[in-house]
Amino acid sequence: MAGKIVLCRCEDVTLSDLEHSVSRGYRDIEEVKRYTGFGTGPCQGKECLAVVALQLARITQQHPSAIPPFTSRPPLAPTPLKLLAKDPGAHRFADETDEGED
Amino acid sequence: MQGANEDEEDESRADVSGEIRLPATLEGRTGNVPEKAEIAIVGGGVIGLSIAYHLARRGLTDVVVLERGYLAEGASGRNGGGVRQQWSTEINIRLMQESVELCRRFAVDLGVNVWFRQGGYLFLARNAKETARLEKNIALQNRCGVHTRMLEPKAALDIVPELDLTGIVAASYNPSDGILFPWPFLWGYARQAAAHGVRIFTQTPVGGLEPQASGGYLVHTPRGAVRARRVINACGAWSPRLAELIGVQVPTWPIRHEICSSEPLKPFLRPMVSELSSGLYCSQSMRGEIVGGVSLPGHGSTYRMGSTLEFLATYARRLVRLMPVLGDIKILRQWAGPYDQSPDGNPILGAAPGHPDFFLACGFVGHGFMMAPIIGKLYAEWLTGGTPHEIFVRSPLARFADGSGAHHEKEDFNIG
Ligand SMILES: Cc1cc2nc3c(=O)[nH]c(=O)nc-3n(C[C@H](O)[C@H](O)[C@H](O)COP(=O)(O)OP(=O)(O)OC[C@H]3O[C@@H](n4cnc5c(N)ncnc54)[C@H](O)[C@@H]3O)c2cc1C
Ligand code: FES
Repeated sequence: MAGKIVLCRCEDVTLSDLEHSVSRGYRDIEEVKRYTGFGTGPCQGKECLAVVALQLARITQQHPSAIPPFTSRPPLAPTPLKLLAKDPGAHRFADETDEGED
Repeated sequence: MQGANEDEEDESRADVSGEIRLPATLEGRTGNVPEKAEIAIVGGGVIGLSIAYHLARRGLTDVVVLERGYLAEGASGRNGGGVRQQWSTEINIRLMQESVELCRRFAVDLGVNVWFRQGGYLFLARNAKETARLEKNIALQNRCGVHTRMLEPKAALDIVPELDLTGIVAASYNPSDGILFPWPFLWGYARQAAAHGVRIFTQTPVGGLEPQASGGYLVHTPRGAVRARRVINACGAWSPRLAELIGVQVPTWPIRHEICSSEPLKPFLRPMVSELSSGLYCSQSMRGEIVGGVSLPGHGSTYRMGSTLEFLATYARRLVRLMPVLGDIKILRQWAGPYDQSPDGNPILGAAPGHPDFFLACGFVGHGFMMAPIIGKLYAEWLTGGTPHEIFVRSPLARFADGSGAHHEKEDFNIG
């Protein structure tokens, strides 16, 4: 049953994956993220973090407020490389000084 | 990413009520550390865990691992997973040949899939100096039995057709280099070490080391003190701080390295690709993401691990220039981790001078992950009575203090 309850759709992590992680001793939200892979998909946890945190609180018998969210990583939204490549803040290496702006 | 624990499908899982029936790998969050242990390993990164596992395998199981945060909190949870034999010194090449063998066997030996994939490493040169560097290294690698070869730029297209060869003058390629997925490596070592009796404590920072008259140390943590006959400093970039507790100066410093990961794509990129002029590197993980980084000059010594737009912009600029088709792929996340930078690019191993029970396992710069399998094995062999491997003779802390460092071989092929 728990194997059918999907908590993270992007990475296909189920409730039983979470329980398994906790049973191994990986119960810090950062550890759970790494052990199960939840929160590392295209939405970067926006859709699953709260659900996982809530279930983690229940399984480890903690108040949900005791579970901080995992460190969120930039960029805020998926950003194409070609857009980033135009940012003027990029470091220029010796081999591209002669190329000018492109 | 169920691969990390897919081998365990058949084992009983915690039932829906949350009742826990499996043996835990990690000690609980409460309860004290044991009163004594033969060896206390400080630092639960890949180096500490590999040593713990190999000690246990050799029957030395009275071992505790004390990790300040969660497992994989340090560099070991933040790296690129590259595994290569293309190095510039014979000892590093030979060690990495053995490490690659251990990586190949890891899934079987440790019962966990680490998605080790030997797609090769392709280094690209943009000028004669870089080419000469590659040629010199290849001659040595070939003598050691690593089949790296120099390629004409055009031949590199056979391996990565997406490359824009403008400005590329040469390439080196070794097909047996590869990449792995770092996290399961840690779970594998931790789980097998624990199964042999090693006790692994997370959220347990070591704040004091009190030398004992009879030898060894009283190792202080917020969860009590453990009297350890020997202590191993496997604190990665934080190793100087631990050593300082007993007045030992470790001359390494933390350098922040940033890295990022893209949305998953269909598998297309076989090797790790790296460009010498910018330190750009990227590979496609088994999950399909493009993972990579680039060298940013001069952030100096820092423990601050924030991410910068400068990094993303620089990486994007260089990567799109090298592989224009990647322009449309999206970056999902970026993060950073510390290199434990040593003065000569090589690790520091063995007992600290004047402190025969305090062992160092640090200074692994940007290649500690790939070195961990063989270093852990050799360290454990030595600590359980075997003769020390040459690497321990070459890597003492004393090489910096007594001037012998002047003759010490430098590893100058640290990329990224
Ligand atoms: C961006 C990046 C990319 C990299 N790419 C590669 C690569 O492709 N291939 C490769 O082989 N290597 C790579 N590396 C290097 C590699 O990650 C490291 O060399 C390796 O992980 C070092 O392992 P460690 O166990 O020594 O250190 P860490 O993993 O940092 O572990 C040290 C641990 O000690 C703990 N600690 C510190 N102080 C204390 C204390 N007082 N008490 C208890 N615990 C303490 C820390 O919390 C930490 O978990 C990369 C590194 C970075 C940052
Ligand atoms: S639902 Fe979990 S990462 Fe998107």
